[in-house]
Amino acid sequence: MSKKLLLEKAHVEGIRYFDVYRREGGYRSVEKALKEMSPEAIVEEVKKSGLRGRGGAGFPAGMKWSFIAKPEGVPRHLVCNADESEPGTFKDRYLMEFIPHLLIEGLIVSSFALGSNDTYIYIRGEYAWIVDILEQAITEAKNNGFLGKNILGSGFDCNIHVQRGAGAYICGEETALIESLEGKRGNPRIKPPFPAVKGVWDRPTVVNNVETLAAVVPIINMGGDEYAKIGVGRSTGTKLISACGNINKPGVYEIDMTISVEEFIYSDEYCGGIPNGKKLKACIPGGSSVPILPANLLLKTAKGETRYMNYESLADGGFASGSMMGSGGFIVLDEDQCVVRHTLSLARFYRHESCGQCSPCREGTGWMEKILKNIEYGNGKMSDIDLLWDIQRKIEGNTICPLGDAAAWPVAAAIRHFRDEFEWHVLNPEESQKRNYGLAHYADPIHVPVA
Amino acid sequence: MLKFSEEQMTEFKRLVARYPEGKQKSALLPVLHLAQDSFGGWLSAETMDYVAELLQITPIEVYEVATFYSMYNLKPVGKYMFEVCQTGPCMLRGSDDIIAYIGEKLGIKPGETTADGMFTLKTVECLGACGYAPMMQLGKHYREHLTKEKVDAIIDECRKTAASLN
Ligand SMILES: Cc1cc2nc3c(=O)[nH]c(=O)nc-3n(C[C@H](O)[C@H](O)[C@H](O)COP(=O)(O)O)c2cc1C
Ligand code: SF4
Ligand code: FES
Repeated sequence: MSKKLLLEKAHVEGIRYFDVYRREGGYRSVEKALKEMSPEAIVEEVKKSGLRGRGGAGFPAGMKWSFIAKPEGVPRHLVCNADESEPGTFKDRYLMEFIPHLLIEGLIVSSFALGSNDTYIYIRGEYAWIVDILEQAITEAKNNGFLGKNILGSGFDCNIHVQRGAGAYICGEETALIESLEGKRGNPRIKPPFPAVKGVWDRPTVVNNVETLAAVVPIINMGGDEYAKIGVGRSTGTKLISACGNINKPGVYEIDMTISVEEFIYSDEYCGGIPNGKKLKACIPGGSSVPILPANLLLKTAKGETRYMNYESLADGGFASGSMMGSGGFIVLDEDQCVVRHTLSLARFYRHESCGQCSPCREGTGWMEKILKNIEYGNGKMSDIDLLWDIQRKIEGNTICPLGDAAAWPVAAAIRHFRDEFEWHVLNPEESQKRNYGLAHYADPIHVPVA
Repeated sequence: MLKFSEEQMTEFKRLVARYPEGKQKSALLPVLHLAQDSFGGWLSAETMDYVAELLQITPIEVYEVATFYSMYNLKPVGKYMFEVCQTGPCMLRGSDDIIAYIGEKLGIKPGETTADGMFTLKTVECLGACGYAPMMQLGKHYREHLTKEKVDAIIDECRKTAASLN
């Protein structure tokens, strides 16, 4: 059994409500932080914990906090990113739905550490019922003296507000989120200035993911050093993984980042294997934006070593033969799935979600979708595959925000690892309409030369 | 002239109060949700102009936002909107079949509304329910692990609710 720090109590009856949550030891970190610690000491503990941002980029949280500017007389804000829209990702929703007080508790401690008297949770608009759950939790916390004025007699005031988005993946990008919070279209800003200097209403702002902020609770309770002992290397603590696709037990799992990918997919404690005795074909281990890997490269690295569910191991081999932890959205494809079709679906997603500010992203995503559609529906040419490769390469790195890269990488990885499947579609326009290419050699133990 | 009721006005004021003085524009997204829910499930030009007036911003600032976000309906929709996710992870679990089945059953294509104004079918991108696929959003809630039988039951349920409201 993996150690659980976030979801340990998620199944306790009534844990959604303050009384039960408190009885189970909730809000101890607020007492400890506000009564015994200075804001600087909290930042220090988070630094020591090695906690990395859980929203996708994996940037060290304590370091990010230490960058926040503190100009005299200007309010600062903490904003919780609950936009969760990366395909394959549904972990934040689970946390907020089942154990909302954990997030509120983490937000209070983090707000104190950063000096935010008005903290915002920006939640994707579709999670409408979760807004009610969070507002209920906030009201309960306030009624019990954990929010509002002079919390626990510390002199610290804090309010938490929940703002709903309205359907736009791009608002998960932190500067687009800030624009949206200001009541505008979600067009990402050019950086610098970074939000830590000029964020919402031009005030210093820290944006963190739901899971990152919830993890502050165990860090304060157990101390940063103890937290850092869990996991391996620079992958400290526990990580929520939302697993979906062709597996027996889709759902949200908390892992301690020491288990292998194979164990995660096949053990009954986690995904429980592939349904109907099918074989594993491929997997996108960290949300739709990270590279897809064929089974052989997923379970073992190109060097033939076991691959583990942590930041370093998932990235082993770089983009040539590895992938990324990303947001922890684990998408499994069995042998019946068509990689071309799946890639087309993701390309459509990115075309739909591009904010349209930069031409490589706006034009490129539409173009890639069109070419993929042609290939998938039997109208592709061999040269289209190279053209696709060329387009994705021209988007990557040439845009204001990383959505451009996020749209390019899935296409690049699909061609890199499944080129023969694309070619088969082109060469067999009729047959490819009737059956899928299948497993080919993707599950065989082959060695890929490491670039 | 449309106008928020007293109760809606209270909610409007609560929303605006969450932001600093002079930053009332920040309330635009939540206020547009409130307006859409209050005035027939979509945002007419009249509704948007009213929101602009309430927030003391220009109408174009409202139009810009209303056209950017996918949850705002710029034309009338059916009483019940089936928003079915079609993105990769849902596709792996058969969302294409569910979309086709609903379309067939209601006699409409994605983006269309039934002639009686009861149902709209819309395909949407990942709603954060990939592990419970196939799925759709219906009003404020998600309907997950969809099967043809479940779709039948949901359609019946909507018809019954609508009949009991009439
Ligand atoms: C297109 C795009 C979408 C993103 N969506 C999310 C999201 O839904 N949730 C999230 O926490 N971070 C998302 N991010 C990452 C944020 O920009 C930001 O890095 C993150 O919220 C920082 O929090 P963390 O350091 O705690 O991970 C997204 C980034 C990009 C480029
Ligand atoms: S990369 Fe795409 S989403 Fe990001 S700012 Fe440019 S056009 Fe918008
Ligand atoms: S892909 Fe359908 S909910 Fe995520």
